Amino acid sequence: MDAANALVAFTNYVLLPGATYGAQLALGALGATLIYGIMRFSNFAHGDTMAFGTMATILVTWLLQSIGISFGPLPTALIALPVGIIATATFVLATDRLVYRHYRRNKVPSIILVMVSLGVMFVMNGVVRMIIGVDDRQFADGARFVFTAAQFKTWTGLAEPIALRVSQVISLIAAVVVVAWLYWFLEKTRTGKSMRAFSDNENLALLSGINPERVVAITWILAAALATIAGVLYGLDKSFRPFTYFQLLLPIFAAAVVGGLGNPLGAIAGGFVVAFSEVAVTYSFRKVATYLLPDDWQPDGLLQLLTTDYKVAVSFSVLVLVLLFKPSGLFKGKAA
Amino acid sequence: MTGTQRNLLMFGAMAALIVLTGFTQSWNSALAIINMGLISAVMALGVNIQWGYAGLYNVGTMGFVALGSLAAVLVGLDPVPGAWEAGGLRIFGALAFGALVIALAALIYRRMDRGKTRALAVAALLAGGFILYRFLLDPAVDAVEAINPAVQGNLGGLGLPILLSWPVGALLAAGAGWLIGKTALGLRSDYLAIATLGIAEIVIAVLKNEDWLARGVKNVVDIPRPVPYEVDLRANPDFLSVVQWFGADPVSAAAVAVKLCYAGLFLAVLLLLIWLSEAALHSPWGRMMRAIRDNEVAASAMGKDVTRRHLQVFVLGCAVLGIAGAMLATMESQLTPGAFQPLRFTFLIWVMVVVGGSGNNWGAVLGGMLIWYLWVQVEPWGSSLMSLVTSGMADGSPLKQHLIDSAAHMRLLVMGVILIVVLRFRPAGLIPGK
Repeated sequence: MDAANALVAFTNYVLLPGATYGAQLALGALGATLIYGIMRFSNFAHGDTMAFGTMATILVTWLLQSIGISFGPLPTALIALPVGIIATATFVLATDRLVYRHYRRNKVPSIILVMVSLGVMFVMNGVVRMIIGVDDRQFADGARFVFTAAQFKTWTGLAEPIALRVSQVISLIAAVVVVAWLYWFLEKTRTGKSMRAFSDNENLALLSGINPERVVAITWILAAALATIAGVLYGLDKSFRPFTYFQLLLPIFAAAVVGGLGNPLGAIAGGFVVAFSEVAVTYSFRKVATYLLPDDWQPDGLLQLLTTDYKVAVSFSVLVLVLLFKPSGLFKGKAA
Repeated sequence: MTGTQRNLLMFGAMAALIVLTGFTQSWNSALAIINMGLISAVMALGVNIQWGYAGLYNVGTMGFVALGSLAAVLVGLDPVPGAWEAGGLRIFGALAFGALVIALAALIYRRMDRGKTRALAVAALLAGGFILYRFLLDPAVDAVEAINPAVQGNLGGLGLPILLSWPVGALLAAGAGWLIGKTALGLRSDYLAIATLGIAEIVIAVLKNEDWLARGVKNVVDIPRPVPYEVDLRANPDFLSVVQWFGADPVSAAAVAVKLCYAGLFLAVLLLLIWLSEAALHSPWGRMMRAIRDNEVAASAMGKDVTRRHLQVFVLGCAVLGIAGAMLATMESQLTPGAFQPLRFTFLIWVMVVVGGSGNNWGAVLGGMLIWYLWVQVEPWGSSLMSLVTSGMADGSPLKQHLIDSAAHMRLLVMGVILIVVLRFRPAGLIPGK
C-alpha cells in the first residue's frame, strides 16, 4: 500500500505535470526547430509568436462566450483555436514578406537574421501588450477535472490523491495528434518531402525544382500553428501573461538544442527532457520518501534539490550539459 | 560633407534634443536622460566590443549588468553586525566546497577513461557533493537571514568607498563571462546567444532568491553615494549663496547639482573606456581582432587561436557591462532585482548598438543616448497621440480607455520598428564602423 501511495504521489506531482508541460514545450520547440531547419536561424520571436497566437485565440473565445457558444465540458478556446492559428499565420507571413524575405534573398549570415528576429520580437511584444494588456488572463472554461482528488480517493481507497485536469488530458492528446500529423506530413506528403530535402541540402533542392518561397511559407504557417497550439495549451493549463510567454523562450530553445536544432524528433524528446528535469529537480520528494522509507529513516528536510524559483536554472543547466558533451544534440541536428 | 563633420552634426543634434527637453520639460529630467544615456552608452560600448570587434552575439547583457549592480551592494554597504559570525564564513566555505566538487568532477572526467565507471564516479561525486553542500549551506543561510530581517538579513558589504565597486563589478561580470564563454564559444554563434540568454535569467533568479546576498526582492535601498545628498546641499551656506547668485530655486538646484556630479563621473568613465578601447583597436591586438572578425578561417590558418581571442574579447565586453551595472546601482542608490527586465537591459541595448553603428565606439555612444532619449520620450508622445486619436470618442467608453492605456506599450513597438528599419535600410548604423 505504501508503495502504491508513493507511486500515486509521484504520478500526481511529477509525472502528470511533467508530461503536460513537456507536451507543451515539445510543440513550442517543434516550431522553433522547423524554422531553424529550413531557414537556419534561431527565431527569438518564437515566444512572442506563442503569445500572439494565444491572444488571438483568447479574443475569439471571448467573442464566442459573449454570443453564448460553448464547447460543453471542453474549453471554448478549442473552437477558437483555428481562428487564432489563421490570425497568427497571417501575421507571421506578413512579417516574412515585409522583413525576412529581403535578407533571405541577399543570403546574409544567420546571425543577422537572429538580430532581425529581435526586432520582430519587440514589435510582437508591443502589439500583444497594446491589444490585451500585461495582466494575467484565465480563459479556461468548461469542466475543470476529468476526475477530482476526492473521487480518486474514494475509488481506490488510497491516502494519496490524483487529480486529472481536463487541460492536462487535452495537452497530451493534442500533442500526440499534432506530432503524428506532422510526422505524416513530413514523411509522406510531397510538400513535406520537399521541405526535408530543402533542409538537408538547399542547393540540391533548388536544382530539383523545389520552390524555396513555397517551402519557407509553409514552414512559417506550420511554426505559427505549432506556436499557437502550444501557447493555448499552456494558457489553458496555467494562465496567459505576455511576459511569461516571452520567458518560455529559454526552455523552448533548450529543448530544441537538447534534441538537436533542426531535428523535429529531437525537439519532442528535448521538450520532455527539459520539462521532466524542471519538475523533478524542483519537486519536494519528502512525501514520496515518507511512504518508501522505514519510519526511523524519515527525512527532516523537504528533499527538494532546488526551490521552484530556480526552474530557469534547470533548463539552462540541461542546455549547458548538452553543449559541453554533445553540442549537436541528443539526436543529430543540423548545427555543427 | 566629410564623415567627421557629419558625426559632429549628429552629436550636435542629439545635444539639441536634450537641451530642448531642458527648456520644454525641466533641466532635472534632461539631466536624468543624460545620466541614464551615459550609462546606456557604457553598456552599448560593452556589447559593441563583443559584437563589433569580434562578431560575438551576447543576449545576456542584463545578467552582467545585474552582477555589476550587485558589486555596488557588496562593496559599498557596511557589513551587517553579527552576520559574518552567524554564518557568513560558513556560506563562503560551502560555496568554496561546491566549486571544489565541480573542479574535482571535471578532473575525474578528464583523467579517467571513457566508460560506465567514469560516468558513475562523476555522478556519485556530484550527487554526494550536492547533498553535503546543501548541508553546509542551508543552516548558515538561515542564520544570516534571521538577523534583523526587516531591514537587513543579509551579509552586507565591505564598507569600502562606493566608487571601488565599479572595478569590482567589472571583475564579477568578467568572471561570469569567462565561465559562459568557456562553455559556448567555439560552437555555433546561435548557441552563445541562447547560453547568454540563460545565464542572464539565472543571475536575476539568484539575486531575487538569495536573500543573504543582497536581500532578494526585498531590495537594498541605501547604497551610499559618491556625491553629496540633496538635503545636505540645501543646508550648505556656500551652495545656497551660489544658487542665490544664479537666482534659482534651491530645491531644484540641489537636484540638478547632484545629477551634474553624476554626469561628470559617468562621462569620465565613458571617455576613459572609449580611449582604452580605441587604443586597443589600433594596436596589433586590435588588428588581429578585426582580422579574425572578417575572416576566421584565414586568421586561424595564420596561427591565431580564434576561440581564445574570442574568449578574451568576450570577457572584456562583460567587464564593461559590469562597470555599467555598478554605475547604475550607484546612481539609483538601490538594487531592485525585479527591475531587471530583459527587454530593457538586454534587447534595448542591442537596439542602441545596431542603430549607433556596430563596430564603432562613438556610434555606440550616440546610439545609447539617442535610443535612451526615445525610450523615455515615446511614452508621453504615445499618450498625446492616443488622446488626440480618441478625442472624438465619448468619455468613459471602454475603447477609449483601452487605447489610452495601451499607449504605455507603444515604445516596445517603436523600438522594434526602429531596429527593423535600421537593419534593413542602414545596416551599418548611424556611424558605421571601419
